[in-house]
Amino acid sequence: MTDLSAVGATEKHQLTKALTGIQGLDDITEGGLPAGRPTLLCGAAGCGKTLFAMTFLVNGAAQFGEAGVFMSFEERADDLAENVASLGYDLDTLVADKKLVIDHVRIEPSEIEVSGDYDFEPIFVRLGYAIDQVGAKRVVLDTIEALFSGFTDQTVLRAELRRLFGWLKDRGVTAIITGERGDGQLTRYGIEEYVSDCVILLDNRVHDQVTTRRLRIVKYRGASHGTNEYPFLIDARGVSVMPITSARLQHKISSEVVPTGVPDLDRMLALGGFYRGSSILLSGLAGTGKSTFSAWFANAACERGEKCLYFAFEESPDQIVRNMRSAGIDLKKHIDSGRLRFDSARPSLYGLEMHLTRMHRDIETFKPSAVIVDPISAFRGVQSEIHATLLRLADICKERGITAFFTSLSLASDHANEADRGVSSLMDTWISLTDIEVSGERNRVMFVLKSRGMSHSNQMREYRLTGAGIKLSEPYVGPDGVLTGAARQVQEARERGETLARAQTAERRQRELDRRRATTERQIAELRAALEAEEREVAMLATQESGRESALEADRIAMAAKRGAAE
Amino acid sequence: MTNLDITPDPALEGHYNLRLYVAGQTPKSLAAISNLKQICEEHLAGMYTIEVIDLLTRPQLAAGDQILAVPTLVRRLPPPIKRIIGDLSDSERVLVGLDIRSGEPPS
Repeated sequence: MTDLSAVGATEKHQLTKALTGIQGLDDITEGGLPAGRPTLLCGAAGCGKTLFAMTFLVNGAAQFGEAGVFMSFEERADDLAENVASLGYDLDTLVADKKLVIDHVRIEPSEIEVSGDYDFEPIFVRLGYAIDQVGAKRVVLDTIEALFSGFTDQTVLRAELRRLFGWLKDRGVTAIITGERGDGQLTRYGIEEYVSDCVILLDNRVHDQVTTRRLRIVKYRGASHGTNEYPFLIDARGVSVMPITSARLQHKISSEVVPTGVPDLDRMLALGGFYRGSSILLSGLAGTGKSTFSAWFANAACERGEKCLYFAFEESPDQIVRNMRSAGIDLKKHIDSGRLRFDSARPSLYGLEMHLTRMHRDIETFKPSAVIVDPISAFRGVQSEIHATLLRLADICKERGITAFFTSLSLASDHANEADRGVSSLMDTWISLTDIEVSGERNRVMFVLKSRGMSHSNQMREYRLTGAGIKLSEPYVGPDGVLTGAARQVQEARERGETLARAQTAERRQRELDRRRATTERQIAELRAALEAEEREVAMLATQESGRESALEADRIAMAAKRGAAE
Repeated sequence: MTNLDITPDPALEGHYNLRLYVAGQTPKSLAAISNLKQICEEHLAGMYTIEVIDLLTRPQLAAGDQILAVPTLVRRLPPPIKRIIGDLSDSERVLVGLDIRSGEPPS
């Protein structure tokens, strides 16, 4: 409900903002709360208003050099310090360093007797005195509505509240006023009408016995802001809000390829690995080695000197390290070198959104280049919510160019069960692990279902988890599909036998041929010899004939000579 | 009827130590001061002391004494501590608040 004149005015004055230092909130508000103005923070009991407000002050003092005043109308200063100590805030030191003033305003309705007119000037005096003490720029009033329980004269109270918020603006302090959620309105006593610059609503919903804290910016006068409900998290590392995750699909993409950590698998992908910043889904049945693949992927990233964040939802880090040692991977050294960080939590510990928020926070702080979530199927909940969670997680990783490796436990033997189908569209690469049961044994088989942007092997490949890594066997695709394990060996033996037999047959026929050739040649030789003998005989006869002719001739001459002499 | 056995020291018995917190010389402050003086003179003549504290000059006392509204009248003695807020224009309520029985004959 921003009126146009207000927008024009703020644009002219360039609305300044005060960073909260709360991860995510500064993104949603595009720079923090309106500086020098009051912000209303409302929500039901126990949704973290006080911690949120205190974080604003502590961060202001610690990170932005802005001192703060915390005026508590509910908790005593000691209790407050104790309560936020669990977030790692040391209020006593901040107070001693003159960076923080805590003023507990005690309201005892039973002690208050009223006679005549009064006003709340002492609140102003106390606040002004506290602000002046440390030169505060930030003020929290938690929960000023408590005044309503002590004072029945609402007319005075409301007039004074209006005056107080005006006074805060005049002092130029950035203030957070907390308020309890009321029926049908944001706060029980409707104080939102006095604090209209920025209203943030906190919510704590229980679904399936799991609570999820959510935050929504109801209004932020004069500034654009994220309008969705964002989950937020309060834990030992403070408050963090899961900011808007771009649904705009404008990630910077990389054509760099990162190896999978399994050389044989690299060869199944045309470019020898996954694209950096892509999302990979590894789905498979129980015991198909999903975690082992994950560990090799993590190992490869760490070996390259990159950082890897491993979210484990089924095993403790120690257990993974021990188990992977048997698979030939030493993850311990990567943990020691700080390149690998495990983050283990039972899925039921938080709601989905809380997990997401926690993962987002850890990704932001650790800045890994690879993230492993093992397994996503551990998340229980409404399918659409799981889908939304994973979508956002995938987006978070993509935005940062982080290669995300998700494993998923398939329940049934069919690889495309509902959960997988749901997330498959988010994934750039999908590798399916399954096992084939043949002749009394189970053998592990993998195949690449899809890999966007690169061609990949279409074969089902048998693989073995050995102490020296994951080894893929050469594909054997027979008439009945892929053969694995013993069947494969039998088949291979049979083939070897057949080959041998074929070779022997060929050899035998060769020998026969040789023999026949020898026989034939011998026969040819014999015939030729006979022919030659005949030729020789004929030649001899011819010679004898001509010899006889010449002898006769000689005889005739001799006879003639004899006769001639006689005549 | 006087309760002689409540306080052993008769010099302090029935003595009212009152403190009035105000913030500046506002009409409400001035009204409260004059109303208080009038009530005390009427009902507690000679057995009260009034200390007026201006929070604008001594702001640290606002937090120290847990003052929320002004004017606030605090009965520090006799115990227990009692608080009355407002300009004390309703003297009946002031008397009730200070635990002074109205119409009690001076002893």
